[in-house]
Amino acid sequence: MVSEKDVNYVADLAHLELTETERARMLRDLNSILGYIERLNELDTSGVEPMAQVSTRYVGGVEPGEAFAYAMRADELIPSLPHEEAMSNAPQTDGTFFKVPKVIER
Amino acid sequence: MNIDLLTVESTRTAIAEKQFTAAAMVDAFYEKIGKDDPDIGAYLTLSEEGAYAQAARIDELAGRGDALPALAGVPIAVKDVISTKGVRTTAGSKILANYDAPYNATVIDRLEAAGAIVLGKTNCDEFAMGSSNENSGFHPVRNPRDRTRVPGGSSGGSAAVIAAGTAVASLGTDTGGSIRQPASFCGVVGLMPTYGRVSRYGLIAFASSLDKIGPFGKTVKDAALLLEVMAGRDPMDSTSADVPVPRYSDFVGQPIAGLKIGVPGEYFGEGLDAEVRAAVEAAIKKLAEAGCEIVPISLKHTSYAIPTYYLVATAEASSNLARFDGVRYSVRAKSVKTPAEMYRRTRNEGFGAEVKRRIMLGTYALSAGYYDAYYLKAQKVRSLIARDFDEAFAKVDAIVTPTTPTTAFRLGEKADDPLAMYLADIFTVTASLAGIPGLSLPCGNNSDGLPIGLQVLGKHFDEATVLRVGHVAEHALAGQSR
Repeated sequence: MVSEKDVNYVADLAHLELTETERARMLRDLNSILGYIERLNELDTSGVEPMAQVSTRYVGGVEPGEAFAYAMRADELIPSLPHEEAMSNAPQTDGTFFKVPKVIER
Repeated sequence: MNIDLLTVESTRTAIAEKQFTAAAMVDAFYEKIGKDDPDIGAYLTLSEEGAYAQAARIDELAGRGDALPALAGVPIAVKDVISTKGVRTTAGSKILANYDAPYNATVIDRLEAAGAIVLGKTNCDEFAMGSSNENSGFHPVRNPRDRTRVPGGSSGGSAAVIAAGTAVASLGTDTGGSIRQPASFCGVVGLMPTYGRVSRYGLIAFASSLDKIGPFGKTVKDAALLLEVMAGRDPMDSTSADVPVPRYSDFVGQPIAGLKIGVPGEYFGEGLDAEVRAAVEAAIKKLAEAGCEIVPISLKHTSYAIPTYYLVATAEASSNLARFDGVRYSVRAKSVKTPAEMYRRTRNEGFGAEVKRRIMLGTYALSAGYYDAYYLKAQKVRSLIARDFDEAFAKVDAIVTPTTPTTAFRLGEKADDPLAMYLADIFTVTASLAGIPGLSLPCGNNSDGLPIGLQVLGKHFDEATVLRVGHVAEHALAGQSR
């Protein structure tokens, strides 16, 4: 069971500032969803490899154990987005850097 | 000019034969969008400038009598999680309300190089998280087949434009069913390719081990024609596979006699609507008549797919969405005094309820003390689900199921119950987790006239067989879906 304390802790980790109403709703929803998720414990998964990616299992049409065809590209310099365009959607810049509120109090 | 009946091929042919110009056709589409879309809500942004510029290029080629590229003049709509240079790209979220993508996704470059015309960007559930399109940060989409109902999600807008005739083809993304489920609800064709088949460069990420870009169209052949342009290795996406791209459209129309079609018992149990079952069973009968051998199979971990998906997908989402911090490209909350306050207030104001819920669930599943119990456990069950398919595909060439257990539900019907909403994806998440391709195509209507979807699943990188089977089913069932 997720507690109110857990909700506050996880919101903190995720950098979310939930309102009182949102926290109450979140507590209810998380417990309902995690309650449903509990059914995974019906399965014995000892000795089962975790599957983190599809490509590590199948890509390339090659036999298991062979090199995967997708792997890496050549390490060549290619042009990247011009500085100005990369900054163009930022809420605040000085033209060179992104600007943020003061990090260190002096 | 009757734009309602246009397909990919007939559009190109009509322009080549000078039945109309691309520019006049674009006019006709924008006129129809202006008239019909306000009530449906499928488009978020129209890209008129780019559309007319591309139309002019196509008309110039046609005027000179030059050979036209494969998708010449085909008007497409693009889900708003896919980047379009210089055109607002919101991911359906208020946090990106003012974001103009500075570059094109690879799929956009490829489709435009083949002559396609991007009409605009389509509405979707925020960051592709949802099954009804009601989680859009802007407004919901109404199902063109019944405007009191949802179009499905998360690519609801991209399915709706096909059903409404306000685009000839469109792009969606599928993470747990987000192409196939809305295709089913709107009575159109939607294809989720194999994981790694289509580059995701320029796609705003939701769950990176699951996200795929795929096409919607009126016909299976249209989906094939788009896929063969979109697919293939892209150096800009290290997860795109270096696997040869067949001409998928060549497989459409090939006979399917002798193919073994698996029918998994788990997809025909409790919770399946009786009319959906009857329609899908009728479609399976047609495949048997076309010479397929119907083989009962078991995908025994099916009932564990939703819990597995909601751990894997939310864990990845919580990580992917950390980039929305108010610094580089999002809206920033006003008058914040510290960076911490900036992150929190920006994210709280910018994200909707479902996105917050998934970030919370994912963060919880990855947090110290819970990682093994939730995230690692889910990854192991994901292996079991993938193994079910491996074992099945040792015996059969394709698998056929209903796409969804019910037809489109009403707007608001499941909006307050996240778990009920998640269960709408029960027949689609399995293939998403395994990374195999899946197609949904119309398979008749229920007694209320609502579309029913047939799902065809195939082996990794075997879209060709999926499309072949889909095309035969489509033609055997012709006339039942309108």
